[in-house]
Amino acid sequence: MSDLNLKKGTSAKSAYNLRPNFSDIVERHTLAVMVENEPGVLARVIGLFAGRGYNIESLTVAEVDHEGKLSRITIVTTGTPQVIEQIKAQLGRIVTVHEVHDLTVEGPSVERELAIFKVAGDGEKRVEALRLADIFRANVVDSTLKSFVFEITGAPEKIDAFADLMRPLGLVEVARTGVAALSRGG
Amino acid sequence: MTRQMTGAEMVVQALIDQGVDTVFGYPGGAVLPIYDAIFQQNHIKHVLVRHEQGAVHAAEGYARSTGKPGVCLVTSGPGATNAVTGLTDALLDSIPIIVLTGQVPTFMIGSDAFQEADTVGITRPCTKHNWLVKETDALSGVLHEAFHVATSGRPGPVLIDIPKDVQFASGTYNAPQPSTSHYQPTVKGDITSVTELVEAMEKAERPLFYTGGGVINAGPAASQLLRELVSSTNFPITSTLMGLGAYPASGDNWLGMLGMHGLYEANMAMHGCDLMINIGARFDDRITGVISEFSPNSTKAHIDIDPSSINKVIRVDIPIVGDVGHVLEDLMKVWKSRGRKTNSAAVGNWWSQIKEWQAIECLKFTQQGKVIKPQYALSRLEALTKNHDRYITTEVGQHQMWAAQYLGFEDPNRWMTSGGLGTMGYGFPASIGVQMGHPESLVINVAGEASWLMNMQELGTAMQYNLPVKQFILNNERLGMVRQWQELLHGERYSSSWSESLPDFVKLAEAFGAKGILCSDPDDLDEAIMEMLNHDGPVLFDCLVEKHENCFPMIPSGKAHNEMLLGDADTQGAIDAKGSVLV
Ligand SMILES: Cc1ncc(C[n+]2csc(CCOP(=O)(O)OP(=O)(O)O)c2C)c(N)n1
Ligand SMILES: [Mg+2]
Repeated sequence: MSDLNLKKGTSAKSAYNLRPNFSDIVERHTLAVMVENEPGVLARVIGLFAGRGYNIESLTVAEVDHEGKLSRITIVTTGTPQVIEQIKAQLGRIVTVHEVHDLTVEGPSVERELAIFKVAGDGEKRVEALRLADIFRANVVDSTLKSFVFEITGAPEKIDAFADLMRPLGLVEVARTGVAALSRGG
Repeated sequence: MTRQMTGAEMVVQALIDQGVDTVFGYPGGAVLPIYDAIFQQNHIKHVLVRHEQGAVHAAEGYARSTGKPGVCLVTSGPGATNAVTGLTDALLDSIPIIVLTGQVPTFMIGSDAFQEADTVGITRPCTKHNWLVKETDALSGVLHEAFHVATSGRPGPVLIDIPKDVQFASGTYNAPQPSTSHYQPTVKGDITSVTELVEAMEKAERPLFYTGGGVINAGPAASQLLRELVSSTNFPITSTLMGLGAYPASGDNWLGMLGMHGLYEANMAMHGCDLMINIGARFDDRITGVISEFSPNSTKAHIDIDPSSINKVIRVDIPIVGDVGHVLEDLMKVWKSRGRKTNSAAVGNWWSQIKEWQAIECLKFTQQGKVIKPQYALSRLEALTKNHDRYITTEVGQHQMWAAQYLGFEDPNRWMTSGGLGTMGYGFPASIGVQMGHPESLVINVAGEASWLMNMQELGTAMQYNLPVKQFILNNERLGMVRQWQELLHGERYSSSWSESLPDFVKLAEAFGAKGILCSDPDDLDEAIMEMLNHDGPVLFDCLVEKHENCFPMIPSGKAHNEMLLGDADTQGAIDAKGSVLV
């Protein structure tokens, strides 16, 4: 049976696929949700995930169109294909949600995250931390005689890898922004 | 057209402009300006309920029976929290209602002020949408948009929280315009999928229509189209609890309600069909039984206006998102243009099979002895009222299921029941709302004694507004449905399921100035029902019935459609450990 891509309301691109091939394998999807920037809209989205028992791996939100009063919420979530389809359909029901895009299936996309690492140590470890930071193109945004604060931007996997390397070198604290993502091309 | 007025005046003006004639409400400090505005006009009738839950259920009854949205007005804090059950009920049954709540003034929000509650926070998950309006100039736009959201797409409850200073302040009122908001749900179905369904209908050997509340919500024209489709295809049809009346109970192709307490023939047909055409139903767990064994050999088509209903529970083969009315219209067109074909020989055989199931007469009962069987009471109520211009509401429990089984609904919007949430206490206030919308009609609430007590205070409302609602209580002195489950699932340990210390219902009625009738003898029943019908005013009918009657057929939790229990003899060990954790 052919795939039918259903349009939600007036939004041009649709994230819904009413005839997916369902499997029981858990997948990780990145969703971009365009919402009206009104009070409570984030609570609606988060409440939906909490109330229906869906996962949130990361969530970022900021206004992206001041005149149109639109914010973009990027959500990384996991679930079987049936659950992912439900999540998208449920998001689409929220009255102030304008569009739901599943960046994972809509074609190639880029994902970036910013993270800040505090690493403390001295001697060899301190030198090694600085050397690795250089390789990962992390910037030093603060330093004392006993510590560095690195700023790093990249795909989440790169940040995971950097964290793995910093751990034995005296990692104290990490702050991550969560993923921002866009589809590639025009 | 714009005009200057206060926020409170805007509320009244917007309701008038939206065609509202009735508001169900209860005043309090935070809505006094709106009550003042209501006092000074004659267009809108305000019905003072006795509890805010009653206001919301009354608005639901009004909405469900008239096809127009219902409106409630309640105060902040406790007024708003009392509305929560009704909002959730309306959300689960897709009933369009608009609830207006007062709020403490904007400059006090967040200070734990007297009667302050985070109303939009509390009601966010139990409304389709809600708004807190902080500026008077924004109020009229939100009010009009609220009507648009409540009634478009899949209908549902909305709430507007209006701080008291916003009600007092003056601002610009805008008259309603066609909504330009982003929210414009798709109503037309995808024509390729509609054609695909027609192709499946042409070939089907064992087709079945499975219809739900969505047909009712799509308006009377959708029910009309459904009737044409059924009669011209000669396919059998069953319906959920919420969909009763869309197809007439006296219709040739009617199999009766399906589901947990549905008819044997309806459930067997669901199990055995090769093409299931779901129109405006949502594969609720009361319908499907155990999912792994649900209708194993059928191609499934699903017409629904809400994309999230599709593939939520049951994976379907032919999904069609759209308004039932629009889709049925297209379906009829395509089917006619392709020559009105069905596999009539095979469908004939399918009917022979169905006739065998029907011959079991799963609803048969014998009334003997001096105790009224609830089934008998409802059969007599049906016989004596079916030719009336009649509306039925119900409470929740065994009586509700018996009402669905033994009363016949010939038209949509005649049957108001709490399906999704199963709210005891729904039926009485709902009957008040129905009577407000249909002052000349016969409105009967089929009740259980326990449910009825949950909103009995509304007898005051019925008296005050001369609403001749008939409360037909099947009094088994038990939380009957709970008792039935305890009998089947919990070793007959009847934990807290006796209705103890019941009032004398006749005296209770009289205390409010209403009429009470007690009936305990089957031989007196007809006369007592006639007395109820002939009384011009609210009647509390206390019908003492068999205390330990169980409601059958029943698909036990965790079982499939073809594993129905038909009577007490079938119940031994019917529900296994896995089933007993289900509700
Ligand atoms: C508000 C609420 N509380 C509890 C329940 C659980 N419940 C379902 S049916 C029922 C018993 C209803 O008793 P009654 O109204 O006398 O009806 P019967 O089953 O005896 O006909 C109960 C307690 C419910 N549905 N709603
Ligand atoms: Mg009872």
